[in-house]
Amino acid sequence: MISGSTYNYVPNSGLDDQHQVHDQSGFSLQFPMQWVDSIAWDSAMLAVGRLQEYEVIGRHLPTETDPAPKLYRLQIFAPNSVVAKSRYWYFMKQLRKVKKSTGEIVSVKVISEKRPTKVKNFGIWIRYDSRSGTHNMYKEYRDLSRTSAVESLYQDMAARHRARFRSIHILKVVELEKSEDVKRQYIKQLLTPGLKFPLPHRVIKSKQLFSPNRPSTFY
Amino acid sequence: MSEEVTTVKGSSWRLVEVGRVILVNKGEYAGKLATIVEIIDHKRVLIDGPISGVPRQAFPLARATLTPIVIPKLTRGARSGTTAKKWTEAGIDEKWAKSAWAQKIKSREIRWGLTDFERFQVVILKKQRRYAVKKALAKAKKSA
Repeated sequence: MISGSTYNYVPNSGLDDQHQVHDQSGFSLQFPMQWVDSIAWDSAMLAVGRLQEYEVIGRHLPTETDPAPKLYRLQIFAPNSVVAKSRYWYFMKQLRKVKKSTGEIVSVKVISEKRPTKVKNFGIWIRYDSRSGTHNMYKEYRDLSRTSAVESLYQDMAARHRARFRSIHILKVVELEKSEDVKRQYIKQLLTPGLKFPLPHRVIKSKQLFSPNRPSTFY
Repeated sequence: MSEEVTTVKGSSWRLVEVGRVILVNKGEYAGKLATIVEIIDHKRVLIDGPISGVPRQAFPLARATLTPIVIPKLTRGARSGTTAKKWTEAGIDEKWAKSAWAQKIKSREIRWGLTDFERFQVVILKKQRRYAVKKALAKAKKSA
């Protein structure tokens, strides 16, 4: 199963001396129990690849002229705390005269969704660098959490504008509580009272290699 | 012309709507029933199956099949408790168990679980049935 010093992924093997961690994707990570204390366990490690919202607080290092520098707090969407801290300095450099070598990070905290099973509409303001210039944008998403809305924003921007993570700044993510506040038609159409629609044409995939009948696409 | 009643009937689609019962096809909860509680977008819905043991979650319609069963008067975004109540009131589990679809799934599962000896018994029983049918048919033909 797990051999000595190498780090192995062993899905679904039940060993008693192993500690099991399930992440959201359904995979299970397993490793010997004695490793747990040695790893500074970060909840971000569980959800690699998926975004999380971080609250990063930092400041300039105290100097003689300013012994108590102001604290600055940013809310940052990042796949893990390392990227979150890096993005913090990236934005702080642009906003204030602070950089990583002259500053320090005071705290990094994951902000979790308050009601992860409620469907919400989000308005997101972004600034992004295209190949020819910088643009501001406002987009709306309908999702269960702020992080998943931002995730679909990155996918959307990649698809429609070939924009990468590095060229997008998220300025503001707001939950639109009133349906009058929804501006975009693509979200408005989902807010119709008594909404119902058919799925008219579906190909139901068979697990078999060969099939005696043609598939019926009526659904 | 306008008095003529048309005999053309529109297709009766199963609709994606609040209260529609779905069968989960893929993932951890495959084979279980759940109901649509809210429509997120044209591809994803919020589902809940408090009786069948499917936790409330966003679910892609590509991984589910719509059933002809609908829970009547389920409000949009109904919580798990209310959904469970309406589910039992509407008798969804009984309706599902009675449907030909569910029975087919059940019999298929039974067939898959049979031992070698049980499969042999099925062969014999089928043979006996075939024999009885043929016998009755021959008799009917003769008398006709």
